[in-house]
Amino acid sequence: MPALDDSVITKDEVEREDTAAVGAGLDVLEEPDRIREPWWRRLGSSIVPPILALGVVLVIWEIVYLLGVKPEVMLPSPTAVWDELLRLLEGGQAWETIWTSLSRGLIGFAMAIVIAVPIGLAIARFSWLRASFGPLLSGLQSMPSVAWVPLAILWFQISPAMIYMVVLLGAVPSIANGLTAGIDQVPPLYSRVGHVLGLGWWGQTRHVLLPAALPGFLAGLRQGWAFSWRSLMAAELIVTSSKLGFGLGQLMNQGRDLSDAPLLYAGLILIFVVGVGVELILFRPLERAILDARGLSTKKR
Amino acid sequence: MTTLVGESDLVYYEDDPRVVPLLPEEDHSGEAAVIIDGVSKVFTGRRGKVAALDNISLSVAPGEFVCLLGASGCGKSTLLNLISKLDYPTTGTVTTKGNPALMFQEAALFPWLTAGQNIGLALKYAGVPKKQSKARIEELLDLVRLSGHSDRRIHELSGGQRQRVALARALGQNSDVLLMDEPFAALDAITRDVMHDELTRVWKATGNSIVFVTHNVREAVRLGQRVVLLSSRPGRVVGEWKVNIKGPRTIEHPEVGALAAEITLRLREEIASHARP
Repeated sequence: MPALDDSVITKDEVEREDTAAVGAGLDVLEEPDRIREPWWRRLGSSIVPPILALGVVLVIWEIVYLLGVKPEVMLPSPTAVWDELLRLLEGGQAWETIWTSLSRGLIGFAMAIVIAVPIGLAIARFSWLRASFGPLLSGLQSMPSVAWVPLAILWFQISPAMIYMVVLLGAVPSIANGLTAGIDQVPPLYSRVGHVLGLGWWGQTRHVLLPAALPGFLAGLRQGWAFSWRSLMAAELIVTSSKLGFGLGQLMNQGRDLSDAPLLYAGLILIFVVGVGVELILFRPLERAILDARGLSTKKR
Repeated sequence: MTTLVGESDLVYYEDDPRVVPLLPEEDHSGEAAVIIDGVSKVFTGRRGKVAALDNISLSVAPGEFVCLLGASGCGKSTLLNLISKLDYPTTGTVTTKGNPALMFQEAALFPWLTAGQNIGLALKYAGVPKKQSKARIEELLDLVRLSGHSDRRIHELSGGQRQRVALARALGQNSDVLLMDEPFAALDAITRDVMHDELTRVWKATGNSIVFVTHNVREAVRLGQRVVLLSSRPGRVVGEWKVNIKGPRTIEHPEVGALAAEITLRLREEIASHARP
């Protein structure tokens, strides 16, 4: 503290001379550390455990197979399924089949987002809509997608439109609910700030609520993708027709019809890998980027 | 107070060459920045009606720094909500010059934007053209001594830095009145001390009217030109002190301590009167 001698007082100087220096010192001392884990350790901690788990599953499978608990037509050996997978992939058939299903899933998912966002936004922002249609929408989430298939066939016969209807009915409620939940979790303080800054209804929606709800919305999107993929597989497994092309569901049907157990198991594995792959390639990096930018990474030290 | 020197359509503040606020030259004399006239606020709760504010009249002159002081339940925050039009009085009127800016105890910066973008949003809604926005952001960050921090994410800033960005955002609204709701209550003592110096400097530089709400008596005396004491349940104006302390008015200043002691005595009387017999 500077001495309170007369010369200082009469100058009517508000600012102490060292304020800038003290403030700058505090800034340095209080700067949150920005040390990040090296990439190889992050990769190691997130990739190694699942691979180990996969190994355990394969070992158990092999043991059960060797014990002969089930006949080979029901439970083939892991190596037989692996060979079948290689055959499908090398012949190029698998890629075409995967793409038929995946493209449908992604297109359906994209349509679901376009439809679900206005619905979720409207329900979150208008209390009377929430009171009336809110419970209906959450209720729809618990509908098994397979249940929609007969209705979809009745409406659209056997056509891609029928598949998309099933996918949409599966995914739209999750995505809309995710957005509504995300908006509900926005701290009220943010809206007060928006109000003080002079933001109107649209300004609040565009600059405060939507960006603030993004993490919750992303959770809804992930669930929406899971529902899209499940609904798509349900539709493909139930309806087999040349009009629908040859997707993963049809591949599995073929395995069942030919009593080809390795083919059936290979189909299951492909469905699993595609579902998880989209999650890993699309959603993980997106979530990481959003949470990192906000300093919300859940990573524990 | 600082001398204002008019030049073309801008006002420059003689003693701070670093600052060029974008204030149009206007004659504020005689015209109060905030007029609170006979304001009462009644909330209807589960246990019936509760009067939060009772017949409060108060006016803040242009460029004046007023501290509102009171214990819990004095309706300080309610009063600020009324001034900032987040809420409406039950009776009476609140008149302000333009839309007041408001700062909270939390910095309340948007974490999906950078420090600069947070200020930019305020500028956008204050009608600052996009072309001038970038320069103005730098100017405001410079004013709160955060030059070059425009691209920082909020979580990369310390508590004091966040409050300074929040201050810059509030100033970016270019309003004549700045309302502050215990903005430094969550900071540690040393950071708060620095923030007091910085706020005084920024206030002198910009010439805003400031209404500063706090429950910290020394803080009120340290900052305000006038300290207004509110009673609790309901909030009424029970005392008013002009602060005439010359020189660097630090929190340790003996005159600050003396006046704070006097006000504290009055505040304790007021709080004691609420004890159940």
